Amino acid sequence: MANTVMFIILAVFIIGSALLCVTTTRIMRAATYMLFVLFGVAGIYFLLDYTFLGAAQIAVYAGGVTMIYVFAIQLVSKRTLQGLEERVKSSKMIVGGLAALAGLIVVSLILLKTGFITQEIANVEVPMKDIGMALVGSGKYQYVLPFEFISVFLLACIIGGLVVARKEDKA
Amino acid sequence: MIPVECYFALSALLFFIGVYGFVTRRNLIAMLISVELVLNAVDINFAAINRLLYPEGMEGMFMTLFVIGVAAAESAVAIAIIINVYRKFRSDSVDAIQNMKR
Amino acid sequence: MYSYTIFIMLLPLLSFIILGLAGMKMQHKVAGWIGTCSLGLVTILSYLTAFQYFGADRVNGIYQTIVPYNFTWLPLGNLHFDLGILLDPISVVMLIVISTVSLMVHIYSFGYMHGEKGFQRYYAFLSLFTMSMLGLVLATNIFQMYMFWELVGVSSYLLIGFYYPLKPAIAASKKAFIVTRFADMFFLVGILTFGYFTDSFSFSFAGDIVMGQGTTPFIQGSMAKAVAAGGFIIPTALVLMFIGGAGKSAMFPLHIWLPDAMEGPTPVSALIHAATMVVAGVFQIARMFPLWIEYAPQAMSIVVWVGVFTAFYAAAVACAQTDIKRVLAFSTISQIAFMMVALGVCLPGHEALFDNHAQLGYMAGMFHLFTHAMFKACLFLGAGCIIHAVHSNEMALMGGLRKYMPITHVTFLISCLAIAGIPFFSGFSSKDEIITACMQYSPVVGWIMTGIAAMTAFYMFRLYYGIFWGTENVEAHEHHTPHEAPLSMTIPLIVLCVITVGVGIYSTLGGFLGWGGSFGSYVAAAGTDYTIHFDTQIAATSTIIAILSICLATYIYKGESQPIADRLYKTFPKLHRAAYKRFYQDEIWQYVTHRIIFRCVSTPIAWFDRHIVDGTFNFMAWGANEAGESIRSWQSGDVRQYAVWFLTGSVALTLILLCI
Repeated sequence: MANTVMFIILAVFIIGSALLCVTTTRIMRAATYMLFVLFGVAGIYFLLDYTFLGAAQIAVYAGGVTMIYVFAIQLVSKRTLQGLEERVKSSKMIVGGLAALAGLIVVSLILLKTGFITQEIANVEVPMKDIGMALVGSGKYQYVLPFEFISVFLLACIIGGLVVARKEDKA
Repeated sequence: MIPVECYFALSALLFFIGVYGFVTRRNLIAMLISVELVLNAVDINFAAINRLLYPEGMEGMFMTLFVIGVAAAESAVAIAIIINVYRKFRSDSVDAIQNMKR
Repeated sequence: MYSYTIFIMLLPLLSFIILGLAGMKMQHKVAGWIGTCSLGLVTILSYLTAFQYFGADRVNGIYQTIVPYNFTWLPLGNLHFDLGILLDPISVVMLIVISTVSLMVHIYSFGYMHGEKGFQRYYAFLSLFTMSMLGLVLATNIFQMYMFWELVGVSSYLLIGFYYPLKPAIAASKKAFIVTRFADMFFLVGILTFGYFTDSFSFSFAGDIVMGQGTTPFIQGSMAKAVAAGGFIIPTALVLMFIGGAGKSAMFPLHIWLPDAMEGPTPVSALIHAATMVVAGVFQIARMFPLWIEYAPQAMSIVVWVGVFTAFYAAAVACAQTDIKRVLAFSTISQIAFMMVALGVCLPGHEALFDNHAQLGYMAGMFHLFTHAMFKACLFLGAGCIIHAVHSNEMALMGGLRKYMPITHVTFLISCLAIAGIPFFSGFSSKDEIITACMQYSPVVGWIMTGIAAMTAFYMFRLYYGIFWGTENVEAHEHHTPHEAPLSMTIPLIVLCVITVGVGIYSTLGGFLGWGGSFGSYVAAAGTDYTIHFDTQIAATSTIIAILSICLATYIYKGESQPIADRLYKTFPKLHRAAYKRFYQDEIWQYVTHRIIFRCVSTPIAWFDRHIVDGTFNFMAWGANEAGESIRSWQSGDVRQYAVWFLTGSVALTLILLCI
């Protein structure tokens, strides 16, 4: 019961924030609403008994990524920070809306057609030890390779970002 | 117990809201934010399927984890590019990048 | 034992290649000597072949056809193109004619073309021509003959257009090539028809050709299929081939190229347009003679009447020309028509008895070919000497040249007597036999040909008197006295005259005294001996008529002024003008091609090609362009639009997958 209520609150929170995020004209508000969405999704994870995941979501996404966006907005959109609004063409809105709607309908159809069997499980979170072992283990279903890859990947992206964004020497 | 279809519905809605935002917005950073929404919707999907349909494995959770990491990295690079674009074109609108258009 | 005959073809080819590729680096003299020496060797080999061939034993009194070489070049199912050498009485005779005249022309050109730019090129083309003509007469199958036929046409084009900086020469060479090519189209259709129905192109199955006997391996084996297909197939094929031959041999109305071909150098006119190439049509009919006699005797009347009309037309036009080379050109047309008529008046018959004149025409035609080549070449070379001396072709600027050019004068006179048909000169025997054969066929034709022979004598002596007697052009002669031609130019004249007179005396005496061993013993329709013996009545008639014509010409043209000629000219101005303009034949052809063919046939076809064929492709290109333009807007550079399309596409795909 409590789960259902919690879920409904979180769902409304997420969807509402998302809608506001995509329709607002001021970019700073969009970033803020995105932050709310991220918090909401973290909440969903907690609801699903994935505490580690939720924590990672808050730490990385809500904390790191949002900060990046805020800094970027500061650097880039001087005018919009001062309250300049962005106007969207109504034709574009209709087209976009229709496309999204079409996609939504198709996905719903698929959902309705497929019969999912929800498994009853205990409300126990995944033990941390298992997660840790899986993350660095090299057995069959273990994730040391993606883990190493992603670390190198992050490094590459950092370096790439630095190179792309550095200031050119004015000759 | 919440049926898994609810999670799917939530994730689908979030996904298509993100798509709508991507198609509609003109500001580059706003488009990126919409992409983040899409990614989050996908994460919810992974986590829900893992927990509610296949509770023995942990693949979904790790997938989500890695998606979070990759999304962060991708945002960083995209922001760097946007900064570069801003320096060259002095605008943060996606319509400003027109050099290769005939 | 005839294996050396391959060199008859290879030597001129080799000399053409050497002179063609390296000629410009050589001195004129060297190039000339290379060409002449190779041709000298060819002449020696030809005479050797002739001696060996005619000296060999005969089987049943018939000369055997010998095929020293024949290899399959291109096998195509049933048919195959061969290349080879065929030795046969007529081909050996042609070998002698071609090599002799060509050698004389080579020697003559040393003097005539002295100092000309392109001397080496000239000798290269002469070698090419000689090779092609030799290949034509030595062909073992009709397709090889056609191939060399075309090569001869090409050589003729190259040589007529030798003075290519001059516009008239270019126009003349193009005209010659186009007219003969047009006729060759019919020739090709004839060959293909023939090959299709008889499954063979060759003249014999490397066996014996027994002519006139009716049953030969050639005829029996392959013809059965053609005969079964329909009685008109073989005559049609033969007549189509004859049209091709008519183009090459300048029969009416395809004769228009020959007078203009006189733009080329005079030795070229002597070789190609008097002695060798223009008789290719006659040779073709002689080669296909067994078929004509056996399967298409009625079609021969076409040959006869075309020949008769051409002979009359050419003789009439020649009476009014003032350019000496044109007179000789029309004379050539007329004489070749004589040969065609001679071949055409043969009647089918299986016995080849001494008194059977039914196939006399065959022998007479070939004999006339031989003698005509000799004296016409002599006439042309003599004309060349005159042109060399006077620097012009027009008769008006000549006159009284007999004082300055004795050798040319004598040789020209001898040749004129030969062409007029005076006894003891070679033309008499050959022309007389032709008229005999015509009388046998039909008296009408016989008397017409006699009349044309009289006209021949008349205009030839008009020409002779106009050049060597008549009014002398004194002022020009004071400026620049005409001198006799150098030795290299007079020796060929003398040689050709000797041949003319020698053959003439031999055959005349042989005819009167009934000797054997004259021309008929070598070449005859039946392949056996055919002694010439004269029908005294015809011989006497033709001689008297010839002498009368000569006297008429002397009376009109010999004196210092020509009052009768002028009076005739004033009385019949239109007729004279028409004859001078060759009865407007060129204008008629121009009219036909420009107004009728170009306007009615070519213009619609061109319109069709431009608008429909090209239009289709242009339309396709336009369509592709438009399609590309219309979807260009998809590549807008707008990321969001791409996203929409992406989404739409994936949704559609999902739907499709769902529904399947």
